[in-house]
Amino acid sequence: MTTTQQNKTLYSAIETDQANILTEWIAEQKKMMSQYGQAKEQELTQQCQTFLQHFLAAIREGNLDNMQSPEWRATYAVLEDVATIRGEMGLSPSETATFVFSFKRPLFASLARMADGNAEALAAAVWEATTLLDRLGLYTTEVYTKIREGVIARQQEDMLELSTPVVTLAPGILALPLIGTLDSARTQVVMETLLQTIMETGSTIAIIDITGVPTVDTLVAQHLLKTVTAARLMGADCIISGIRPQIAQTIVHLGVELGDIATKATLAGAFKLALDRSGLSIVKTKPALQI
Amino acid sequence: MRNSETLPLTNESDIIFARREVRSRGSEIGLSLVDVTKLVTACSELARNTVVYGGGGTVTIEPLSNGVRKGLRLIFEDQGPGIADLNLALTDGYTSGSGMGLGLSGARRLCNEFEIVSVVGQGTKVTVAKWK
Ligand SMILES: Nc1ncnc2c1ncn2[C@@H]1O[C@H](COP(=O)(O)OP(=O)(O)OP(=O)(O)O)[C@@H](O)[C@H]1O
Ligand SMILES: [Mg+2]
Repeated sequence: MTTTQQNKTLYSAIETDQANILTEWIAEQKKMMSQYGQAKEQELTQQCQTFLQHFLAAIREGNLDNMQSPEWRATYAVLEDVATIRGEMGLSPSETATFVFSFKRPLFASLARMADGNAEALAAAVWEATTLLDRLGLYTTEVYTKIREGVIARQQEDMLELSTPVVTLAPGILALPLIGTLDSARTQVVMETLLQTIMETGSTIAIIDITGVPTVDTLVAQHLLKTVTAARLMGADCIISGIRPQIAQTIVHLGVELGDIATKATLAGAFKLALDRSGLSIVKTKPALQI
Repeated sequence: MRNSETLPLTNESDIIFARREVRSRGSEIGLSLVDVTKLVTACSELARNTVVYGGGGTVTIEPLSNGVRKGLRLIFEDQGPGIADLNLALTDGYTSGSGMGLGLSGARRLCNEFEIVSVVGQGTKVTVAKWK
């Protein structure tokens, strides 16, 4: 069977049976997709209709062996939309690729009806359709992956901003609780934020708490040391707190020397030291409230 | 026991991922918190050297067992410029870049086994192991 004939079989199957295929296809997807709520039903129908329309046009005009040809452009564009919408909604890769793959069953059913018992013709048409849909499915997944990468990069940037809270504990005393992995970029931002806040508030003591930092390697240590030195030049002393036992032992083996930097096991300990140095203290003035 | 696995090391997030993997596999075989922390830190140093100086490479994480003893081996490989003077590179405080010069020597102190093979113009292979 020549390509043109296959084109025709595939084309007329879809052409004749459009309404059925569409209904079955949408039903198929609703079964599989957990998060695609009622409100999205219209969107789904719209997407399926547009895809079907362009897919049909591409088969009629197009070259089934070369899907790079311009006839396929519109079909790919629909898939880009679908992958983008689903990726940004946080649907899973399979829930996204389902869009294309769930098209198979209704399409094959329709091809079977068309073939009317001609097994050879049916096999050829199904094979052709599968090849096309698999390629389109893979493309959907590729787009989805790019979209997700974008989403993740954005979230990381947001986190960077969120995760640098410099707080004033008492007049002249700042605290910077570090939480999570300190890669170069994040450490840089965090440390700059601290120095900036020291300047703005005229604080003289800054507590850098590393309780929430899982790994302190030479890069983190170097950033800490640089920050402490810079803060000192600005007239503020740093206390590093939250050095857990396993981190302390690791730092020693690593060979990092913290010099004359004050360190404390806990943030509370560091705060007490800071109060002492500032000539401040916490005094109980009346009995605690009963809540 | 889980199999060996090889992870790419080309950028900062690869380093973080490798570290996370070593942490979870180290705890899995029952390394103490201190030992896991030491191994993860050594991993961080060597992985960063692979990325920064080796121009990228891989780390292979291998489970070890010797009777009832269990351990983890990490092999860092790159096809970078290699290291001309290993003794110098292993000297505390020596850096050809802007680091503290403590990564290699520190990693050696943090692990039970340490081996480095480097050929100028061909690359560097650093193997460390931590036993329970
Ligand atoms: N994989 C590698 N390929 C080529 N050169 C390397 C490699 N690993 C280390 N070196 C060389 O060895 C030197 C010492 O490495 P080491 O990790 O001890 O210090 P550093 O990376 O310079 O600083 P730090 O690790 O303390 O931040 C490096 O400056 C570099 O010249
Ligand atoms: Mg290093």
